[in-house]
Amino acid sequence: MTGEVVLKKGIRAMHPQKFGLWLFLISVVMIFISLSSAYVVKKSVGDWVYIDFPQMFNITSVIIILSSISMHYAYLSAKRNNIKSIRIGLAITGVLAVLFVIGQLQAWGELVESGFHFVGNPASSFVYVFSGLHIAHLFGALVFLGVVLTNSFQYKVHSKSMLRIEMCTTFWHFLGGLWLYLYLFLVLNN
Amino acid sequence: MSVTDIQLQQDTAGHDDHHDDHEHAQSFVTKYIFSTDHKTIAKQFLITGIFWALLGGILSVIFRLQLGFPEMQLEWLRPFLGQWITPEGQLDQEFYLALVTMHGTIMVFFVLTAGLSGTFSNFLIPLQCGARDMASGFMNMLSYWFFFLSSVVMFVSMFIETGPASGGWTIYPPLSALPQAMSGSGLGMTLWLVSMALFIVSTLLGGINYITTVINLRTEGMSFSRLPLTIWAFFITAVLGLLSFPVLFSAALLLIFDRSLGTSFYLSDIYIAGEALPHLGGSPILFQHLFWFLGHPEVYIVILPALGITSEIISTNSRKPIFGYKAMIGSMLGIGFLSFIVWAHHMFITGMNPFLGSIFTILTLIIAVPSAIKAFNYITTLWKGNIIFTPAMLFSIGLVSFFISGGVTGLFLGNSVLDINLHDTYFVVAHFHLVMGSAAFFGMLAGVYHWFPKMFGRMMNDKLGKLHFWLSFVGIYMVFFPMHYIGIAGFPRRYYAFTSFDTFSGFADLNALVSIAAILTLGAQFIFLFNFFYSIFRGKLAPANPWKSNTLEWTTPRFPEHGNWPGAIPKVYRWAYDYSKPGAKDDFIPQTVPYSHTPESNLDHENEEAKNEDLTGVEKSE
Repeated sequence: MTGEVVLKKGIRAMHPQKFGLWLFLISVVMIFISLSSAYVVKKSVGDWVYIDFPQMFNITSVIIILSSISMHYAYLSAKRNNIKSIRIGLAITGVLAVLFVIGQLQAWGELVESGFHFVGNPASSFVYVFSGLHIAHLFGALVFLGVVLTNSFQYKVHSKSMLRIEMCTTFWHFLGGLWLYLYLFLVLNN
Repeated sequence: MSVTDIQLQQDTAGHDDHHDDHEHAQSFVTKYIFSTDHKTIAKQFLITGIFWALLGGILSVIFRLQLGFPEMQLEWLRPFLGQWITPEGQLDQEFYLALVTMHGTIMVFFVLTAGLSGTFSNFLIPLQCGARDMASGFMNMLSYWFFFLSSVVMFVSMFIETGPASGGWTIYPPLSALPQAMSGSGLGMTLWLVSMALFIVSTLLGGINYITTVINLRTEGMSFSRLPLTIWAFFITAVLGLLSFPVLFSAALLLIFDRSLGTSFYLSDIYIAGEALPHLGGSPILFQHLFWFLGHPEVYIVILPALGITSEIISTNSRKPIFGYKAMIGSMLGIGFLSFIVWAHHMFITGMNPFLGSIFTILTLIIAVPSAIKAFNYITTLWKGNIIFTPAMLFSIGLVSFFISGGVTGLFLGNSVLDINLHDTYFVVAHFHLVMGSAAFFGMLAGVYHWFPKMFGRMMNDKLGKLHFWLSFVGIYMVFFPMHYIGIAGFPRRYYAFTSFDTFSGFADLNALVSIAAILTLGAQFIFLFNFFYSIFRGKLAPANPWKSNTLEWTTPRFPEHGNWPGAIPKVYRWAYDYSKPGAKDDFIPQTVPYSHTPESNLDHENEEAKNEDLTGVEKSE
């Protein structure tokens, strides 16, 4: 049971829940694609200001990459039935996620200090919308992470029961990648 | 590791095929209210949809009274509308706008998206694919209850003092973004946005479920090339919804920020009563781009399920295989793809680059090709068929008629040059009411008449159904055909009255005719309502397969329990359209009959396939 369903004739298909997760991720992608294109369209209209991005965004980017690594460590540990390191990996991931959120809020503070408010030119409003929506999705992932962590303490996460941790890992890597994309997009289109 | 091994047992037990075909002891609440059974959820969507359709229809008749008879005394509506009737006994001008807005919102989203897709995707996907239930019954239940919540919010918004949202169902800013612009842009607009956010969540939860179920939970033998066209249509519809509703969410989110937090995404350089607003740097056109990126696919989200239902019903009642099965799938995929790259044809007069306009014109006109293929295939399916005129069949043929006569005017409107004249006139109103409004509505009614026996185990009255059809069909043409002339004459839509323009006085009779026809058409729907509710309790008992149809849902018991089939799920051996196959003893061969049981009617390649069929669990029918 590595998150796959074995059909009668031995054909392996993706587990429905996992498939549903991918569909959910597609709809999240559509939200951010539409906002990105709104950004590009708005910029082409003119009347645009250029943002000095706070240093903090670089630090949080590193943090979220680290959290992806620890998440993957937990996933690999589950594959190898290393129950203790699953818990450690998941816990580290959770702590890093909280640090990431605090860092993002810090970065907002820095933005405000340098005069780029949420209310004002859309150029700066978009930065808050992008990072805020990302955090909103990260909260969802944190709840999911909490569920998996609890499961791991009940011995429910191991090489024969990988569905939840697999889905959680997918979601986590997705959100990490999403933030890197958003940050890169904002910097490159500034 | 003993602890983890026990957990393994629990986890794998969930994958057993037969785990829920036994009866559960269910309380009233889990069976009829917070049910996770797809059939109950489908009925919930249907009843809620019918409620909204009735309300949306009544709203339209109220504003048709104003348009057809501008001098009419409406004092008698005061008990219902209260302060919205002015002391002179006329309809309040701002409330007229609210009526138009709510009619559009209700019909597009609550009736033809949730009521149509919600009902038939939920009901038919598991039954026609051969699944016990949706991939996630819980998410499916959430999908309905988010829709319910969204409905409640929208319904409440109609009873607040400042009135519901009034900026048109497309809620263009700046009108919708500035509470001081009109009374409907205040609390009513906020509630509209809240309701829509809930609605988007409901649609996404439903859509994810539909797609997952179609891809993952088809029964053995049900390959994509054997899927009924209904399922193909619901599947493509769900994909469109999954890709486009998040964009509406983005558009609404930025609008919420503009309204409540003071950002300037859509607002710039606005003066109200001589005073400059602080908003700078935004663009209202941006909203239109985002909105129509959802809005155009949305009209296909509305019409595709209806087209799928029609394919099934026309084939069954012509006793002929559907003409061009693969062409039908291809044209639906084509329509679905094109729907994402034509949105700017709603924006030809926003000052867009004319060259860009011509590109969107060409892309728009290309949609005529797959649409014409579909219309052609319906007609050729009917050609020389042994047509049985059930009410469902009549409504399906009516749909094809509306789809063609409404689609033709789409060619006019898709031209950026002609659209400069016709934009926002009644010509547009007539066009979309025929091609996606009435057509989708007829698809929904056809579906209700056709699958009512499976939903409630009883038949609807045939004669009342036919009466309902003829009154609706004639009524709808009487409403929308004259409307084309009104539009060409230059009447702009969403105007409260035309009495102060001399040019328009010659068309007052035509407007009155339209209004009378609208009232009659709404009246005809009460025949349906009576028939529907009466038949649920008193209709004739339905036989197992009343329309002699091939698809899987007719192999279930008269009242399918949770889990749909007692015992094993039937296997599928052929496509869904083996009607009047030469040599066969009946004029239909259900999908569950293997080729090896029908040597008399098999084609050469089917005889080859028959040799490799896995017949475990199938008894020979004779």
